[in-house]
Amino acid sequence: MNLEKVVFAFTIILALTLNFGFFTGDIGNAAHHNVYELYAAIFVNAIATILKFGDRTHMGAVLLAASLVADIQLVAAAGVWVFAVHVTDIGLTPATVASIVSLAGGAVIANTISVSLLVIETVMLRR
Amino acid sequence: MDSIVFLILRQMRAPLLLLTTVYAIATLGLTLIPGMDDKGQVWFMDFFHAFYFVSFMGTTTGFGEIPYPFTDAQRMWALIFIYITVATWVYTIGTLIRLWQNETLQKALAEHRFQRQVRQISEPFFVVCGYGNTGSRLVKSLRKRLIRASVLDLKQDRIDALMLAEHPLFLPGLQADASTPRNLVLAGIMHPKCKSVVALTDDNAVNLHIAITVKVLNPELKVICRADSHEIEANMASFGTDAIIDPFDSFAKDLGLAVDYPYQYMLSDWFRNESGEPLAPVMQLPKGRWLLCGFGRFGRAIHRELLDAGMTVQVIEPNKALLNLPVNAVIGDGTEAVTLNQAGVGEAVGIIAGADDDSNNLSIIVTAKALNPDLFVIARQNQQANSRLFAHPRAELVMEVSDVLATKIRTLLTNPLVDDFLSLARAHDDSWAQNLTERIRKISPLGFPEVWECVIAADSAHAVSNALTKGTDVRVEHLTHDHHDRDVSLPVLALLHSNSQGAFCMPSGHASLAVNDRLLFAGSAASRAQMQWNLQNEVALGYILTGASLPQTWLGRWLQRSNS
Repeated sequence: MNLEKVVFAFTIILALTLNFGFFTGDIGNAAHHNVYELYAAIFVNAIATILKFGDRTHMGAVLLAASLVADIQLVAAAGVWVFAVHVTDIGLTPATVASIVSLAGGAVIANTISVSLLVIETVMLRR
Repeated sequence: MDSIVFLILRQMRAPLLLLTTVYAIATLGLTLIPGMDDKGQVWFMDFFHAFYFVSFMGTTTGFGEIPYPFTDAQRMWALIFIYITVATWVYTIGTLIRLWQNETLQKALAEHRFQRQVRQISEPFFVVCGYGNTGSRLVKSLRKRLIRASVLDLKQDRIDALMLAEHPLFLPGLQADASTPRNLVLAGIMHPKCKSVVALTDDNAVNLHIAITVKVLNPELKVICRADSHEIEANMASFGTDAIIDPFDSFAKDLGLAVDYPYQYMLSDWFRNESGEPLAPVMQLPKGRWLLCGFGRFGRAIHRELLDAGMTVQVIEPNKALLNLPVNAVIGDGTEAVTLNQAGVGEAVGIIAGADDDSNNLSIIVTAKALNPDLFVIARQNQQANSRLFAHPRAELVMEVSDVLATKIRTLLTNPLVDDFLSLARAHDDSWAQNLTERIRKISPLGFPEVWECVIAADSAHAVSNALTKGTDVRVEHLTHDHHDRDVSLPVLALLHSNSQGAFCMPSGHASLAVNDRLLFAGSAASRAQMQWNLQNEVALGYILTGASLPQTWLGRWLQRSNS
């Protein structure tokens, strides 16, 4: 066991769980989706992305790509939120919440791929 | 390029992680600390404003407290994070700058740049390994002819000199070990436009290694090598190095020629000139007893040639343990009158100052001239920087290694037919050579004329090759006449005609041409341009062949046909 591996796996899995936590709930209901959870998801995803920098293997490249996808999806979700609440007067209508949550849902898929790759790599390393 | 990106990303991981974390904590804290709005009610900052505030706090430490004045708790938090974010930024930027100055990164960048520049070359070019005295001279003269080269050298300051040199054309250069195959590939030995590789490093073993590498990786490529010893020469020749140049041997052979064939020597001396350089007068080597100071590689080569030419040679050499030293050799430097007198400077006709030290050679010349002012002096110059000292008219002939090498290689690279011509010319006697030098002087009285090669092929001689494929008989004289008036001949000399049957020196005007023939001409730059018309323009060639202008358009041709 080595600490680096623990931190790495921890961050990737935490990125998925936080992301999923934000995503789950009624898609149009603002009360089911906490802004702090979205914030935490963005932060942990950013950390996960940076941790994947500089790995030249093929697996490393795919992991980095998946992370970048998740980042874009989550930042877009936050962007929609800011736009709806602060830039315009639309507010958190069910339609807005639905689009924020669906963007976060896309990020869940990307994060799931990351975690699956991590699991696959771990399984393959065991002899 | 990939490796550079990964190197940067990997090194930037720690500062980026820290930066993200600090920003996240600062933003989160601001959203959690209660503030007060303009009506005095408790208010929590949202993420949007918090992130906005942290962003400008971290970089500029602030535009003020927005959207409402902060409470003391908020100020406390902001105060702590002003210092933390600034410190984090300093760390991040510091890492980035250190990374930029990293030698590995700079080297990787330089290599990448070099590789890209070489790849972009779209015309024929040469690879030059070693940018010392010889390499820089060679590259300079190639540059003057607008010929490209890529340069490898072990020393960065030499590459810097290449980049700083005044020139009409940019040449890529890289500080790298030319004996590594990877670096040679970077320099373009696998490039389809690469014509040949010139190995001119100071190290014989490296030159040998370059030759082997190129012959293994790209056997089609021509390799020209400098070699300082006969063993290395034999080794290089064994795997097909195209030209091996030993500066001492090459100079000594020419000198041997000068003894009995002064005009032959003058001819080969002229043909090593750049166009426009003054035409040296004939040099008559006196026959008799010669003194040779220094019996190193240079001394030995000269010794052999002078003995072959029937001279008596008295060797003066400081090291008496030297192998193959003649038994009657005088031991000493030759810089003092005692040694020179002992060697018999009074009866000698000439002296060769051939030591590997320039101040010794100068001292030999001065002392010997004082003892016997009629001596014919040949000096070896070791350092290019000492040219001014040797330029003083004390020595009749100065041999400088880098000069001999650079001119010889330049001829090989730019006009390979010149060497064929000179070796064919050697078969003739000296009066033939004298006659030829007079003809050259007549077409170009002011300086050495331009010498150029022309290939009868579709792209370099469009009109001629078209006429030949139609079965017309085109002869050498058709190229050397003026296309304005075909009774006037251009001031050019046809020096060599190389065709499927072999190479012919000074072809007659009646020699018929065929496709893929190669010709060597000498003449003025203007007549070279005139000749281009005869080679490329069908109307010009048609006029010279028939004396009539051919109609150029379809209508003209139709009218001519219906008239006849």
